[in-house]
Amino acid sequence: MTIPLLRMAGICKRFPGVVALDHVTLEVGGGEIVALAGENGAGKSTLMKILGGVYQPDAGSITIEGRDVAIHSVSEAIGLGIGFIHQELNVFDNLDVSENVFLGREPLWGAPLRLVDRQKIRSQTEVLLRRVGLSVPADTPLRKLSLAQRQMVEIAKALSLNARLLIMDEPTSSLTLTETARLIEVTRELRTQGVSIIYISHRLAEIEQLADRTVVLRDGRNAGTLSRGEINHDAIVSLMVGRDLQHFYVPPETAGQTDRVQVRNLRTRRYPAQPASFTVRKGEILGFAGLVGAGRSELAQTMFGVDRAVGGDIVLDNQPLKISSARDAIKHGVYLVPEDRRNTGLILELSICENITLPDLSRYARAGLVARDAEQKRANEMCDKLNVKRPSVGTRAANLSGGNQQKVVLAKWLSLNPKLLIFDEPTRGIDVGAKAEIYQLMRSLANEGVAIMMISSDMEEILGESDRVAVMHEGAITGILERAHCTEEAIMRLAVAIPRAA
Amino acid sequence: MRKELGIFALLVVLCIVVAILNPRFLAPANLQNMARLIGMYGIFSIGIGMVIITGGIDLSVGSVFALLGVILSIMLTQWALPGALAVLAVVAIASGLGLLHGLLVTRVRIQPFIVTLCGLLFYRGLARFIAGDETKGFGSAGGFEKLQNLATGSLFHVPMPFVLMIVIGAVMWVVLHRSVYGRYLFAVGRNEEAARYSGINSRRIIASAYVLSGLMAGIAGVVLAFYTNSISPSSHGSFYELYGIAAAVLGGCSLRGGEGSIIGIVIGAALLQVLQNLVNLLGIPSSLNFAVMGAVILIGVIADQVFERRAAKA
Repeated sequence: MTIPLLRMAGICKRFPGVVALDHVTLEVGGGEIVALAGENGAGKSTLMKILGGVYQPDAGSITIEGRDVAIHSVSEAIGLGIGFIHQELNVFDNLDVSENVFLGREPLWGAPLRLVDRQKIRSQTEVLLRRVGLSVPADTPLRKLSLAQRQMVEIAKALSLNARLLIMDEPTSSLTLTETARLIEVTRELRTQGVSIIYISHRLAEIEQLADRTVVLRDGRNAGTLSRGEINHDAIVSLMVGRDLQHFYVPPETAGQTDRVQVRNLRTRRYPAQPASFTVRKGEILGFAGLVGAGRSELAQTMFGVDRAVGGDIVLDNQPLKISSARDAIKHGVYLVPEDRRNTGLILELSICENITLPDLSRYARAGLVARDAEQKRANEMCDKLNVKRPSVGTRAANLSGGNQQKVVLAKWLSLNPKLLIFDEPTRGIDVGAKAEIYQLMRSLANEGVAIMMISSDMEEILGESDRVAVMHEGAITGILERAHCTEEAIMRLAVAIPRAA
Repeated sequence: MRKELGIFALLVVLCIVVAILNPRFLAPANLQNMARLIGMYGIFSIGIGMVIITGGIDLSVGSVFALLGVILSIMLTQWALPGALAVLAVVAIASGLGLLHGLLVTRVRIQPFIVTLCGLLFYRGLARFIAGDETKGFGSAGGFEKLQNLATGSLFHVPMPFVLMIVIGAVMWVVLHRSVYGRYLFAVGRNEEAARYSGINSRRIIASAYVLSGLMAGIAGVVLAFYTNSISPSSHGSFYELYGIAAAVLGGCSLRGGEGSIIGIVIGAALLQVLQNLVNLLGIPSSLNFAVMGAVILIGVIADQVFERRAAKA
């Protein structure tokens, strides 16, 4: 038997009050892609932080090519050939690509002056960029690159450090479908170059496509390992949650037919020349698919009033709305669950309670003074209803997991009276259990008659959850598909604006 | 609350130390005079604190004092306006300037530092020009002793400015810590974008903080003018904005916004005055005045950071 590149065995890690890892074992062979799956809190990040030298394990051993190693710091991890591509990229957008790749270890010349050898870093960077398939000049300012391209720069940086093992933590969570496909291609290419990869993702479809092996963690323990042939959606999910999730997506029961919201020739500032028209029926979930940059979020922000509309009308229950600020939208029962939950959905430093009551605080106030009891009572009710796991409603929103944060954003709007709810990437970075809850909630809201728009870059989610799907391309709606006609291919064709049946 | 307790403890310790080193610290006259100054400084520090909570800053306060002092003197001595009217007019002017700052910050989107720095320069220059660079006073005008009472009088032996500060502080405490508006101030200061997404008119909230700062500067400016009784336009009120900022920061306001309390700011203002007093009473050369203040603020902020980190680890 060959010696694996990496073997972590019996890894234990305790934090005050929680056992984060309990005798976890992970092996990665040379040139192998191992997917690491598990719900949030299952211990994936902790395990990877131990490998990356951020945390020290309480027990267990790490061997690299059969040699016992102890990884005390991030730089030791790098020295051992372990590269970490974090979910939030650590790049500097005021520097150019080559400066980013060689930051902190620039080749020098002119000894006493310590000048940067720009020629050398550029030529070396270009070699690396070819390896990751990024065709931009090495002196391109980073701010001109897309998120996906920046990620490639991070990978190039790891490669320049002679990484033999790359840890990719949710690399596709903010990429478009095509960018995701591209990343998967690059990941495969790296494998053929002999680089091993630990791939963490909540998107099970990617794991199916990519992984040679899938290691599933649950509650800090090994829940099971699936080999190439065994990897499929259901098998991963049942290992992750320890049961079969039969009603993961909640398909519509009966499609409503009355129009609740009509949008006519709405033009956003991003795409002023592309009027968008569509209707959302009472009780339906209208999915919005498309590539990132197709103008879906801009459409949502314009309807919610945080972006100014260039023109067009929004009619809700046959009443034309005049929306020029979020206040107006909220007054009319139009709410947005924004994509960037940490920066726009919530105020992280405020408590759960303060976040929930923020939009209609005056309702809990007499003579301008907040009645804290009423406020907390309401927040507790909403949290119970949405199953927000919390020490108390006084807990700061920052201390909650992604899924629970999203539920707080929802609680904020559901304590009002929603007529149209717009979700922008509702389950990004949220674990499977909370995802299922959010889908159920969306569907039950729809059944209560709320019109729902759901922008998503997760194809499974779009296909599983939508009654109809509107597809956008560069600001225009290129087609609206009924559920019966929704296929991944049909959506992709519209998303890249290939005319149907040419 | 913990932050306020920390600085309050520092204040108490400092008072005890000074009292031991020089018992004159506890002399009624000294205490009264100190309370008078604490009141005056406390009022405008509260205003600056509101702006800091929104994530902004107000550098214009000192120059506003000079401008208000000059205008007040002209209104009372040259135009012989009724005292109450003149005071109201001056407070209204200060609030108007605050509104101007607020609009420049929220509508024209100029950084608060720049807006109020320009204010600092502009109002100082304007004050000197209006006064013809001459010292102004109230000497020749009679019949406004009642007004002067605001600065130099007492209520049951408590100096008027201190009483004013307590009243204003109490009102502002309710506004900041109990009202819907106060919650909005903190929300906007923490994350303006998210506040906007929750339907808060964040521009109006931010602008209103500058109006409050202007209003407080107006009230404190009137008190200061009557207190000094002579306004030399090139130096009247200079550096006062920095005392206000220092008081707010010592009292737990974060310059990043979204943090702070009225009690903290008031204690911060008191601490600065005790320090001044300490320099006088302990025979420290008055040239070291600023150095002592700078050092104490720095130590206070460092100590706070250390405690914070300890608390985060525990």
